[in-house]
Amino acid sequence: MRILDLGDAALTVEFGDAIDPALQARVNALDVAIERARAAGQLGGVIETVPTFRSLTVVYDPLLTRRATLEAALSELIDAADHAPVGDGRHWRLPACYGGAFGPDLADVAAATNLTPEAVIDAHSATEYVVYMLGFLPGFPFMGDVPAALQLPRRSEPRLRVPPGSIAIANGLTAIYPWESPGGWHVLGRCPVPLFDATRAAPALLAAGDRVRFTPVSVDEFARLDAELKAGRLDPQQWCSPAGEAS
Amino acid sequence: MSALEIRSSGALASIQDVGRRGWRRIGVPWAGALAPQLLRIANTLVGNDALAPAIECFDGGQQFVAREGAVRLAVAGDAQLEHLTAAGKRSLVAWRSLTLAEGETLRVVHTGAGRLAVVAVFGMARPLVLGSAATYARAALGGLDGRALQVGDRLSVIEPAPTPEHHLRQPPTPEAGPIRVVLGPQADHFAPASLEAFLTAPFEITAEADRMGVRLAGEPLVHRDAAAREIVSDAAVPGAIQVPGNGQPIVLLADGHTAGGYPKIATVITADLARLAERKPGEVVRFVAVSVAEAEDLARAAEQSLQASLGAIVPLAGDGLVDLDALYSRNLLSGIIDGRDDDGDAA
Repeated sequence: MRILDLGDAALTVEFGDAIDPALQARVNALDVAIERARAAGQLGGVIETVPTFRSLTVVYDPLLTRRATLEAALSELIDAADHAPVGDGRHWRLPACYGGAFGPDLADVAAATNLTPEAVIDAHSATEYVVYMLGFLPGFPFMGDVPAALQLPRRSEPRLRVPPGSIAIANGLTAIYPWESPGGWHVLGRCPVPLFDATRAAPALLAAGDRVRFTPVSVDEFARLDAELKAGRLDPQQWCSPAGEAS
Repeated sequence: MSALEIRSSGALASIQDVGRRGWRRIGVPWAGALAPQLLRIANTLVGNDALAPAIECFDGGQQFVAREGAVRLAVAGDAQLEHLTAAGKRSLVAWRSLTLAEGETLRVVHTGAGRLAVVAVFGMARPLVLGSAATYARAALGGLDGRALQVGDRLSVIEPAPTPEHHLRQPPTPEAGPIRVVLGPQADHFAPASLEAFLTAPFEITAEADRMGVRLAGEPLVHRDAAAREIVSDAAVPGAIQVPGNGQPIVLLADGHTAGGYPKIATVITADLARLAERKPGEVVRFVAVSVAEAEDLARAAEQSLQASLGAIVPLAGDGLVDLDALYSRNLLSGIIDGRDDDGDAA
């Protein structure tokens, strides 16, 4: 563990530099400990925390506290987080319509991995992924690990427009784009469930530590789910089971 | 109620406040004014809460028209203004409030040394999204329909009472000299000579400079080795300077990504971030390193001098009954008055 300088209004507690559920567990443990301390009125001046794959960034107001004060207050919490067990988040089974217009890179990924498109879909949907962190775009989940047989570097030419809902892979990670955005990942399919809604109490559907699996659905089923969700007749929570329950 | 109509949005104009806090963990940047001190001065000039939403203008070209009644505005930032009335147009300097009668126009002709001006509007309430009215266009959050302002937009505002206008006689003078940074968090990903070059060489502001960040161009910075060109993504904050494989730094600003996979060589300190965002394409900047403790002291000193500016805001002489600026320009600077409205903007 080391503490890295991120200007005069943030510091980063770095637990390691790999993508590893054990590191993420320590990040989450420190995140929870800081949240608890703040709820108890401690750590004045802290604005927010940002958990990532392997580090927790603490953002603070330099008019209200100082790095030295904060670092001293954090040291005990950091020690405790070093021994955190890997937790169990909520389990999601999200619908995914693979291939066709929704998955323009499915054929290329199949060719590059010497698999049939069906085998790519099977491998991608058979794996349970951990949500390592949210970032890049509001609600964008970085999930892993993608099976070794599907791991490819990013596209050499990023797309200018990846449609919202696109499910994509790059290296060991998979993600769902909540927004239209440029993107360099390989797009395999599309998920109809909205990942971000500012009117929800928790705007992001997924949280770091959640587990996600994809259930392949047909184009017709995708269209039905998409229409029902847009009309507000389906609650995205229906694809979720709380922590501790098997999916 | 009156309305403020956007007659021209210029290069870019958007509604901003101090931004939304607490959602970086789900990938939502703060957004908010790139120069928060201008927001606070403009709002104080116009008689709003200092942290109320206002209109952030890039590079000038914006025009605002009062509709359905009077609208009081105030402009903070180094900007040249024109007030267009039925009688003609007159030039004004910023750092003051101004009440537009129905049909009158305020034009931000251009900005001066910096790119940014903030136009505060008396009594302009905006709905909060995730705790803030700041526009974050990528996710359609805040502002007006989650986007930058467009020609024809109308914002409803409270009609002001006929109270004196206010001004700030001595605008804050921006600090000169290099932009101060705290090195890290990934300064160790760069060859020592490149770290040295980063702190001595000039970097040009490129045309790719917006609310997300500013791309710089200079002698390419060299990573320690090929593996050091990327990191497992970690969090970024406004001010973080990331260096992708091409060696050209990108300074992240208010709308910048919350996390990223490029090494960050340094972070611009709080006190200097607006100063960097104000720089225009083609200008050259240099960086100098300070310690975290020094940067904290500088943030506190900057806040103190802002408080001094806010405290120095006073009613315009003549109690608003006689506009001395206008008299001055009419009597002594006759060339500025132009009865003909050559571009037909007087409504």
